[in-house]
Amino acid sequence: MRTLASITLAVAALAASGTAFAQAKEQFFPVLVYRTGAYAPNGVPFANGYVDYLKLVNAQGGINGVKVSFEECETGYATDKGVECYERLKGKGATVFQPLSTGITFALTEKAPGDKIPLITAGYGRSESADGGVFKWNFPLTGTYWVAADVLIQHIAAKEGGFDKLKGKKIALVYHDSPYGKEPIPLLQERAKMHGFELSTIPVTHPGVEQKAAWLQIRQNRPDYVLLWGWGVMNSTALKEAVATGYPRDKMYGVWWAAAEPDTKDVGDGAKGYNGLALQHGAEPNSKVVKDILTLVHGKGQGTGPKEEVGQVLYMRGLMSAMLSIEGVRRAQERYGRGKVMTGEQARWGYENLALDQKKLDALGFSGVMRPISTSCADHMGAAWARVHTWDGSKWTFSSDWLQADDSILKPMVKSAAEKYASEKKLTRRTPEDCQS
Amino acid sequence: MLYRENGQFKTTYRSDQQVFPILQDRVAIGLLLAFAIVFVPFAAPEYLFRAILIPFLILSLAALGLNILVGYCGQISLGTGAFMAVGAYAAYNFQVRIDGMPLIASLLLGGLCATVVGVLFGIPSLRIKGLYLAVATLAAQFFVDWAFLRIRWFTNNSSSGSVNVAGLQVFGIPIDTPVQKYLFCLAFVIVFAVLAKNLVRGHIGREWMAIRDMDVAAAVIGIRPVYAKLTAFAVSSFIVGVAGALWGFVHLGSWEPAAFSIDRSFQLLFMVIIGGLGSIMGSFFGAAFIIVLPILLDNLPYWFGIPIDTALASHLTFMIFGALIVFFLIVEPHGIARLWSTAKEKLRLWPFPH
Amino acid sequence: MGFFLETLFGGLMAGMLYSLIALGFVLIFKASGVFNFAQGAIVLFAALAMARFAEWIPKGLGLDSKLLGNLLAFVGAMLVMIAVAWLIERLVLSKLVNQEGITLLMATLGIAYFLDGFGQTLFGSDIYKIDVGLPKDPMFLFESVFQGGVLISKEDLYAAVIAAALVAGLSLFFQKTATGRALRAVADDHQAAQSIGIPLARIWVIVWSVAGFVALVAGIIWGSKLGVQFSLSLVALKALPVVILGGLTSVPGAIIGGLIIGVGEKLSEVYIGPKFGGGIEIWFAYVLALIFLLVRPQGLFGEKIIDRV
Repeated sequence: MRTLASITLAVAALAASGTAFAQAKEQFFPVLVYRTGAYAPNGVPFANGYVDYLKLVNAQGGINGVKVSFEECETGYATDKGVECYERLKGKGATVFQPLSTGITFALTEKAPGDKIPLITAGYGRSESADGGVFKWNFPLTGTYWVAADVLIQHIAAKEGGFDKLKGKKIALVYHDSPYGKEPIPLLQERAKMHGFELSTIPVTHPGVEQKAAWLQIRQNRPDYVLLWGWGVMNSTALKEAVATGYPRDKMYGVWWAAAEPDTKDVGDGAKGYNGLALQHGAEPNSKVVKDILTLVHGKGQGTGPKEEVGQVLYMRGLMSAMLSIEGVRRAQERYGRGKVMTGEQARWGYENLALDQKKLDALGFSGVMRPISTSCADHMGAAWARVHTWDGSKWTFSSDWLQADDSILKPMVKSAAEKYASEKKLTRRTPEDCQS
Repeated sequence: MLYRENGQFKTTYRSDQQVFPILQDRVAIGLLLAFAIVFVPFAAPEYLFRAILIPFLILSLAALGLNILVGYCGQISLGTGAFMAVGAYAAYNFQVRIDGMPLIASLLLGGLCATVVGVLFGIPSLRIKGLYLAVATLAAQFFVDWAFLRIRWFTNNSSSGSVNVAGLQVFGIPIDTPVQKYLFCLAFVIVFAVLAKNLVRGHIGREWMAIRDMDVAAAVIGIRPVYAKLTAFAVSSFIVGVAGALWGFVHLGSWEPAAFSIDRSFQLLFMVIIGGLGSIMGSFFGAAFIIVLPILLDNLPYWFGIPIDTALASHLTFMIFGALIVFFLIVEPHGIARLWSTAKEKLRLWPFPH
Repeated sequence: MGFFLETLFGGLMAGMLYSLIALGFVLIFKASGVFNFAQGAIVLFAALAMARFAEWIPKGLGLDSKLLGNLLAFVGAMLVMIAVAWLIERLVLSKLVNQEGITLLMATLGIAYFLDGFGQTLFGSDIYKIDVGLPKDPMFLFESVFQGGVLISKEDLYAAVIAAALVAGLSLFFQKTATGRALRAVADDHQAAQSIGIPLARIWVIVWSVAGFVALVAGIIWGSKLGVQFSLSLVALKALPVVILGGLTSVPGAIIGGLIIGVGEKLSEVYIGPKFGGGIEIWFAYVLALIFLLVRPQGLFGEKIIDRV
């Protein structure tokens, strides 16, 4: 029985992969999404933004004439389903994978180098993967959690009137009890040592609907600021508990995955004043790229999700991530042949040599949305800028200037963590010749 | 007509007591093993190995362990994910902290640590029975989930709590390619399946089954419930721990506690019940059913070329999966293994009607 | 001291919310001997139905009054739950009569998967709002005695009162009405009940409908607190320690068990948790239930399992 099943499957899988190879004329992008499960409310707008941007690129003529094809695969935020999606889609000529889950990122980091497919983890993933000398195939473009934590502390210090005013203050981190939530802790502890503020860390077990005890503790400790590192339902639950225990929302700061419409819209006015980090972009309904999408994609009835979602925070996150995928391929085409389909290896070079200046970004429709990003062998992150935006009861509006993470603190931490990874895996740092290739 | 014992006379006790007394059975198993060991490594595409065969082998090993506890000894346990996690993390610690530790030794030592934890959490079974025990074992599940997230020593002080292993090799042969991983897991599965089959046919297995059927009567005739239940927990946790270590090392490569969450425990319980309680073969059937079915259902729309929204496909998979489980339980409550043995019974008469 | 009281009250009220869900488990186990692992999925399905009907009905009928909209949505959701109960009885339970407990458990797990998928297909996977007018802001008592006062969540207080009313109503139903007596008879012995003419199938539909009603109320209260989304079905996992602590067959046990677990959980998380880095409440609840079980293996108020040899 089991053997019969496996023979049937072998034949079927061979058949399926056979038809896929016929598409080698198009640049194939696998889209790992979660439209179901506890994290769906946040996964859906991201997925819609990602896919809409790919459709926009096709509507505008493709990447120098090369059309884009894509296939969605549902992971439900589960690592083993993510791995299964990866295995199934990599054979179709996958250009790059964006797992949108720290757990899946960790698992794919082991597999991608062997299969020569790059991984973009824009705004998530391992913070030390910014060190391209060790992590050849990982690209945490535009920011990592250490950048996020650093920018938040800088902003809070600015609000207090200087880093010296942070001494004696209490900051609480309410975090999702998973590698995602634990990522910022080393950086926050480093900053706490430097400036003398008291850091308390309060974990919330997945999926995060049980936060009463956490917020009672917050009520007892009365921290001056609460940093929220949640995802999915945990975010709106945290805000509701904050309302229920009377903690002032304007003292709460969420990371860029905890500050979007799905988290605040059903708390509505109750969440007024809640601040969040913006991973460069916020809610951008007036940007040129959104207008292009409304005309060329939604206007032709090709929109992936509802029109009201276009321009929202997580939708823009998806747009930006897709844009980075495409631009890396475009850059790779400059070296390996314009108008040709790029392999994963060639695309990797593209992601490592991204040079998106403001002019190029404006031409793509991202003026005012993003700052220039340029990657290199040593720096796979490319940019470390962020802003703070605040919920005013019905939408997110910017409430701070551009802030940049402090490299003098980040760089040594990233380097030492990358070295630790390299020694554990018995890898050697890339040679300069390898960097040029 | 083909499947009969006619003419197969046993002249020694040894030959009478073998696992497969009927020649046709031995031939079939031999062919199956030959197929699995020799043919599949050459013929199957990589996707089949990575996404189906390797998870199937590892989870059938875990289901085997759980079947010993639930099917043979009758103690319902929902903490299997926790024991897998203990096996995986313990093996990881042995592998990473001791230089030059052989891989197989780490895996087995991981299993031993899972045994200790299993026996510890099995102690309540001496007092609590049935569904109450099932829910009490959830304490193990959640405690272990929490422990591996909170106690940094277990994850070698990694800042994120996620661990990874690389460079697996056995006596110098690397375990890198899918074929090597598949053969490595297959070796473990074959060895453990044979060991388990012999255990359950021996006197310890009979003690377990006596406890399962009527524990008071068993105690009355002199079977020590403490010994029987705790050995069931011990053996089961050992096998589950090794399976967990394999899952982390060979299949995932890099994992976090969420890989061994309560969903995994439920999945294994599904496998054991659908496959057939109290049957070694049943663990394999159940694992095949539970692993292959969702993947089939997920991919069906694509093979037929029907464009379907991934969310809808995922929901439909859930619905069809649930409906099939209910349907299966209505049609054959004792699992696929019972269907299989009924088929074999009918095969003894075929092609004659009676 | 004030903070201790705060935590205590918070725990008591959280416990009442758990017992709301535990009631569903107990009702079904009492009457049909099935441990309904699908209770979480049923709570989710009921809450989704309520949330979406509350959205669609006012839009469809052009109603202005929120109260009327919510009432109609409640009635609609209740009808849906009765339909679900009837279907479950027809398609699953009647075919699995006399099977072992574990088979029935598996069947309810299958139903859980089915309802999860079906609910999300019909109603969607976004977070939906339920607004039945429960107040969200906190209440501060004894501000003169304790600094900052003792925080009582008004929403939780209302929920606790509703849960208590529900339990009282259910107890009356079981003790005083003829259907209640029939339910107790069926819970005692299926065959005996059938032999004196109690229609088993109808009783099971009634029980699952009542459990559906309890699930709907629980879903509305939890949904109004947390928003209605897939993760609501995971809340049922928190009710399991309550069920086993109180005893699978006892309605007052569900309440007492809920209170004990709620208080134990919150006190442990707030006072012991920080020493271990936090996050201990989920396993602490189970360990607490386990400790109680070691003393009374059938739960505090459960029926003793009599083994006949």
